[in-house]
Amino acid sequence: MTFESMTTSQPLDLASIRRDFPYLAQELNGFPLAYLDSGATAQRPVQVLDAERAFLEHANAAVHRGASTLVGTSTTAFEDARATVARFVGAGEREIVWAENATDAINIVALGMADAAAGLGGAEADVFRLGPGDEIVVTEAEHHANLIPWQRLAAKTGATLRWIPVDDDGTWNIDHAASVIGEKTRLVAFAHVSNVTGHVAPVTDVVELAHRHAALVVLDACQSVPHRPTDFAALGVDFAAFSAHKMLGPNGIGVLYGRAHLLDALPPARTGGSTITTVTMEAAEFLPSPQRFEAGTQPVSQAVGLAEAVRYLERLDMHRVHEHEVELAALMVDEVSRIPGVRLVGSGAGVERGALASVDVPGVHAHDVGQFLDSRGIAVRVGHHCAQPLHRRLGLRATTRASAYVYTTADEVRRFTAALGEVRAFFGVTGASA
Amino acid sequence: MSDLSGLYQELILDHSKRRVGDGALADPHASHHELNPTCGDEITLGLRLDASGTKVEAVGWQGDGCSISMASASALTELVVGSDVAHVRELIDGFRSMLRSQGAGEPDEDLLGDAIAFHGVSKYVMRVKCAMLSWVALEACLNAAVAAAGAAHAVPAGVTDASAPTPSEQA
Repeated sequence: MTFESMTTSQPLDLASIRRDFPYLAQELNGFPLAYLDSGATAQRPVQVLDAERAFLEHANAAVHRGASTLVGTSTTAFEDARATVARFVGAGEREIVWAENATDAINIVALGMADAAAGLGGAEADVFRLGPGDEIVVTEAEHHANLIPWQRLAAKTGATLRWIPVDDDGTWNIDHAASVIGEKTRLVAFAHVSNVTGHVAPVTDVVELAHRHAALVVLDACQSVPHRPTDFAALGVDFAAFSAHKMLGPNGIGVLYGRAHLLDALPPARTGGSTITTVTMEAAEFLPSPQRFEAGTQPVSQAVGLAEAVRYLERLDMHRVHEHEVELAALMVDEVSRIPGVRLVGSGAGVERGALASVDVPGVHAHDVGQFLDSRGIAVRVGHHCAQPLHRRLGLRATTRASAYVYTTADEVRRFTAALGEVRAFFGVTGASA
Repeated sequence: MSDLSGLYQELILDHSKRRVGDGALADPHASHHELNPTCGDEITLGLRLDASGTKVEAVGWQGDGCSISMASASALTELVVGSDVAHVRELIDGFRSMLRSQGAGEPDEDLLGDAIAFHGVSKYVMRVKCAMLSWVALEACLNAAVAAAGAAHAVPAGVTDASAPTPSEQA
C-alpha cells in the first residue's frame, strides 16, 4: 500500500500521492500541467478507477432487484459504499441518499418541500410545509445550485426568499445571519465553504440560531467534505449535499445527507420502481429513507468508486489533508497579495479559507487571464463560478480562480502567482493598481 | 507562449482598446442584447439602415467582456458600416465559417479583411463564443431591421430567423 509508511505526524507525501494520479503527469501547452481547478472537479487516483472497473468486471448486477447470488454481491457492494460514505461524514446509513450530484441532492429537498406544500406526505410532512408569511433564508454568496431551487420553492409556496448580506469582501458572519433569521424563518440554506471566497461559514452558530426558531438547516458541503474532516451530526445540520467528483470520485453521483426522521417524512419528488411498499391503481406508499428517494436504476459502479475515493482520503487522513490545504491557502493569499494590480476576493491573511483564491485583474477580463495561465500550463477556472449575485455584489462580472487539493504542490501555487504577475504586462495594462 | 500570440494578435489587442463603435446608437432600426452565460460577457448592439433599407448606415454597441469579444465587436463595426445588407450577410457567414474551422484552412482575406486576425480564435473552442457574441447580435439586428424595412415598404415578410447557433456559440 502506498500509505503504510506514513504516520499521522507527517505531512502528506505529495510525490507518492501524485504517482496515483496519471492525469497530473500530462503536459499542457508545453509545460508540466499545474492542475488548479479541483474546486470545479478533482482528478481521480488509479485506486478509484480500478475499483470501478473491478466492480464492473466481476460484480455488476441489478441492485436490490431479484434474488440471485450475483444480485447479492452487487447489492452488498452498493450498500457497503453507502456505509463507507456514512462513516466518513458522521451519518447513519439510512441518512445517506444517492443523488446525481450535489445540485440534485439540494433539489430533492426543495422539490420534496414543494410536494409537501401541495398536500403530499400527510401530517408527518408538516415540518416541510411552507406558505405565505414563511421565510426561506440563503446568503448572498450562494452557488446557484443552493439559490435557484429555493427561489423556485418560494415561488411555488408563496413563502418569501430572504438572504444574509455579505460584506464588501464577500464574507459574512453570525451577526449578518442574526439580522435576517427570525421567527418567520422556516429554512436556512448556505455553503459550508464558499466556492468563490473560500470563506468558512460559522455552521454551528447558524444551526443554533436557526433551530432556536425551529427552522431547518440545509448545508452545501461541496467545498468542505472533500477538504476537511466533516461530521454532519456534530455540526447539527438537518440536510447536507456534496458531490463525488469533487472528492476524487466519479461523476454522476452525489450525496444527500439528512437526519433520518426528516428523510423518512420528506415526500419523494421523484417516484417510480423500488421506492415503494404497496402500490394500488390509485396510490402508492413509500419505503423509509434512503430507498424512498432512489427511484429507478442507480449509479452503482459510481457508488463503488466513491467509496474507494473515501477510503483513499481516509488513508491520507482528513486532518492532514486539511492541514495541507490550510498551508496552501495561506501561501495563495500571501503570494497574491504581493502582486500589484491584482485584487483577491475574500478575506486577507490570517483568516482561514478553503484552499482557493479568486482574483480580479482590473483591466484584463478573467477569460484573458485564464487564457494566459493556460498558455503556461496552469489550469484554472474563469467566470462567475455559478455565483452571479456574489460577483455583482463585489462589483465584478467574472474572476479567475485557482483551487487546490491533496495533490497540489506549493510549487504549483507559485507558478500560478508568478504567471498572474505577468498578466497586466502581456495585455498592456498599466496605471493605478486595485 | 508562441501559441498565445496566435490568439492575441496585435490587431485584436489593438481593437480591444480602440473599441470602434463603442456607444449606444441613437434611433436604431433594431437592437439586440446577447449574453454569454458562462462568463457574463454581454453586448447590446444597435443597427440603422439607410433610407433605401438596403445598406447598413450605422452600428453602435455597448459591451462588457473579454478582449476577444470586445475586439470582435470593434472589428465588426469597421467592416459592416456602409456595406450592403447582402454583403453583411456574406460577412456574417464568412466570419462564422472561419470561427467554426478549428484552425483549418485559410481564411478569406478578400472578404473579411483585418477580421482574419480572429482565425486563431477558432483553435480555442472555449473562446469561439467570445468572438461570435457581437456577430450573433448583428445577425439578429439585421433580420429585424430588414423585416421592419420590408414591412414599411409593404413587402410581404419573408425573412427567416437567424440560423440557430451551435451549442458552443449559444449565448
